[in-house]
Amino acid sequence: MPELNHYLQLLIDGLSVGSTYALIAIGYTMVYGIIGMINFAHGEVYMIGSYIAFIAIAGLAMLGIDSVALLTIAAFVASMIVTSAYGYSIERVAYRPLRGGNRLIPLISAIGMSIVLQNMVLLAQDSRGKSIPDPLPGKFDLVAGGAVSISYMQVFIFVITFVAMIGLTLFIARSRLGRACRATAEDLKMANLLGINTNNIIALTFVIGAALAAVAAVLISMRYGFINPNLGFLAGIKAFTAAVLGGIGSIPGAMLGGLVLGVAEAFGADVFGDQYKDVVAFTLLVLLLLFRPTGILGRPEVEKV
Amino acid sequence: MSQTTHSPLKTAFFSALLVLAVAYPVLGLKLTTVGIKLQVHGASPATLWAIAACAVAMFFWQLFRDRLARAWQSAPRLPKIPARVSNTLTLPSTQRRVIMVLIVIALAWPFFGSRGAVDIATLVLIYVLLGLGLNIVVGLAGLLDLGYVGFYAVGAYSYALLSHYYGLGFWTCLPIAGLMAALFGFVLGFPVLRLRGDYLAIVTLGFGEIIRILLRNMTELTGGPNGISNIDKPSLFGLSFDRVAPEGMQTFHEFFGLSYQSINKVIFLYLIALLLVLFALFVINRLIRMPIGRAWEALREDEIACRALGLNPTVIKLSAFTIGASFAGFAGSFFAARQGLITPESFTFIESAIILAIVVAGGMGSQLGVILAAVVLTLLPELTREFADYRMLIFGALMVLMMIWRPQGLLPMQRPHLELKQ
Repeated sequence: MPELNHYLQLLIDGLSVGSTYALIAIGYTMVYGIIGMINFAHGEVYMIGSYIAFIAIAGLAMLGIDSVALLTIAAFVASMIVTSAYGYSIERVAYRPLRGGNRLIPLISAIGMSIVLQNMVLLAQDSRGKSIPDPLPGKFDLVAGGAVSISYMQVFIFVITFVAMIGLTLFIARSRLGRACRATAEDLKMANLLGINTNNIIALTFVIGAALAAVAAVLISMRYGFINPNLGFLAGIKAFTAAVLGGIGSIPGAMLGGLVLGVAEAFGADVFGDQYKDVVAFTLLVLLLLFRPTGILGRPEVEKV
Repeated sequence: MSQTTHSPLKTAFFSALLVLAVAYPVLGLKLTTVGIKLQVHGASPATLWAIAACAVAMFFWQLFRDRLARAWQSAPRLPKIPARVSNTLTLPSTQRRVIMVLIVIALAWPFFGSRGAVDIATLVLIYVLLGLGLNIVVGLAGLLDLGYVGFYAVGAYSYALLSHYYGLGFWTCLPIAGLMAALFGFVLGFPVLRLRGDYLAIVTLGFGEIIRILLRNMTELTGGPNGISNIDKPSLFGLSFDRVAPEGMQTFHEFFGLSYQSINKVIFLYLIALLLVLFALFVINRLIRMPIGRAWEALREDEIACRALGLNPTVIKLSAFTIGASFAGFAGSFFAARQGLITPESFTFIESAIILAIVVAGGMGSQLGVILAAVVLTLLPELTREFADYRMLIFGALMVLMMIWRPQGLLPMQRPHLELKQ
C-alpha cells in the first residue's frame, strides 16, 4: 500500500518536528500562564541555543574529541546553561520593570529584545549559515524495502523529548517549586501573600522555558545540521502557534499543540507544496485565534474591569 | 522586591557570572567554516576585554548599588526642564506650530540640498508617511499591528502590477493602491479585531508574513522572488522627467524650454512624497478632532468603559485599521514608483519593526514626535556607515529602553483634559 506508507512516513516526520515545537512552546505557555505576556524573544533564545550547541560541538571536535555521545552531552549541557542565563537576564532586564501595566508595553519591549538578540548574533557570528555533518547517520526500516523509515536522529528526538516532558511534568506536579509555580499561575497576589517569592518563580519559569528551548535547539540543529541567525523568528512563531493550538497557559496543551502542528505542517506541505509549509502554520494560527482562541485544552478567559 | 535574604556579595558575584555566561559564548567565541569543517575561534582581544570589563562593572554596581543610589540622590541635580517648558512643548498648539515650521523647511529643502540629500529626504518622507499611518493604529487606537508592512506591500504591488499589466499611470494607481490596502485592512481586520491586544499583534504578524510568502510564491503573477522591475516613474500632467520622452509624451525640460537635469526628477519625486505627507497630516489632524478620532483614543484608554457608553468597539477599531492601512498603501505605491523595482524581500517583518520603532520612539499618538523620530531614525544609518551595521541592534534596544523609561515616547502630545484643583 504505497499511499498508506507515504502517509505513515509523513506522520513520523511530522511528529518528530512537532515534538521539538512542543518543547519550545512550553516556554511560551508557562510564561503566559504566570504573567500573561507573550515572550516574543523566546524564539531568539532558541536560536542562541542552537549556536551554543554548534560552538560546543565544533570546539570539542577541535580538541580531538570525536565520541558522538560526549559531543551531544556537551552540547546539551552548554546550551542549556547559556540559554538559562539568557532567559533569566531577559526577564530581569526587559520584563520585570514593566510588570503590571498595559499589556502592549511588555510586548513591545519583548519585540525590541528579540531584535537585539537576533542582531547581536548576526554581528558577532556573521550572517552566513553554519553547518555540521549528521552525527547519527542511518535509519530503521519499519516496512521492508524502506518505504517507511525512522532515522536514528528521529528516534533520538522522540526519546529526549519524552524524557524532558516526563521530567517537567513530574517537576510541576510533585516538587515544592512546581507547586509554587502552579500557585503563582493560579493567583499571583495570593501566592505572594502566602510567602512564595513570586519574583523567583517567574524567573524560574523563564529559565525552564529557555532550557527546554535549548533542548529543542540541540535536537533540531543536530538533525538538520544547519543554523543561521534568522531561524529564531520562524521557530518562535511556530512554537507560539503550537502553544495557542493547545490552549495557551496549559503545559499538556503545549505538548499536544506541538505534535498537532508538526503533523499538520507535514501534511500541508505534502498537499500544497513545500514552499507553503510556513503558510500552513500561519493560517492555522490565524484561524485558531479567530475561532477558538482558547485552544484545545485552554480555559476561557474572563475579562475583568 | 530585591533578594533581601542574600548577601550583596553573593548577588554581585552571581550578576557578574551572569554577564559572563550571556556575553562570552555568543560574543567571545566565533564559529568559522574552514573548508568543510566548522571551527571555533576566540574573538578579538578588545571584545574579550570589553566582556571582562562589563562583568567587573556589574560586580561593583551590584555590590555598591544601595550606596550609589544614595549618592545619586544627594548629588546636586541638573536643573530640570521647567514644568512650564515641557507643558508648552507637549501642547497640541505648539506642536502644530513646530510642524508648520518643519513643512516650510521641507518645502525649501530640495532647492538648496544636493541630489543625494534630496534622495535621502524622500526616503525619510516615506517613513514619515508610514509612521503617521501606523500611528493611527498603534498610537491613537492602541492596536498593536505587527503586519503593517503587509499593507505597504499591497500598495506597492497594486501599482507595480497595474502598471506592468495594464499600463496605468502613477496618478491613477495612487488612489487605487490606497483603496486596495484599505480593502485588505478591512477584510483582514474584520475577523481579527475581536481579539485581545496581544493576540491581535500576533495575528497581524501572521498576516504580514502570509502576504509576503504569497507574493514570493505566486511567480506567474508577481515575478516571485525577483519581483517586478522597470516600474514607470510618475509624470507631471503627462510630462515625463526622462531625458527622452516615451511614445506620446513630452518631457518636462522640453515643455518648459529648460536644459535636461537629472536632479529635476529627484526633486519631483521628493515633492510628491511631501504632498502625500501633507495630505496625511491634514486628514489625520481632522480625523482626531472628529468623533471617530476621539473614539479611537477613548477605546485605547478603556475598552470596557467605551462599550458601556454605547460605542461599538469593532466599528471603531476597524475604521482605525482601515484608514491606517490606506496610508501604507499610498506609501507603498510611491515606494514602488521611486525604486522602480520591488521584491517581496522589501516587505519583511523587520520593516514593520522599524516603523513600529519610529512610532514608539516618537511618542504614541503624537504626530510631531513621529515625524521627528522618522527623520532621526532614517537619517542616522544613512549618514554614518558604521552606524548602519548596528542599526537594528540600536532600534531594538531603543524599543526596550523606551518602554522602561518613557513608554509615552520622547515627545508625547497632551490630550484635551481638565485637572481637578485640590
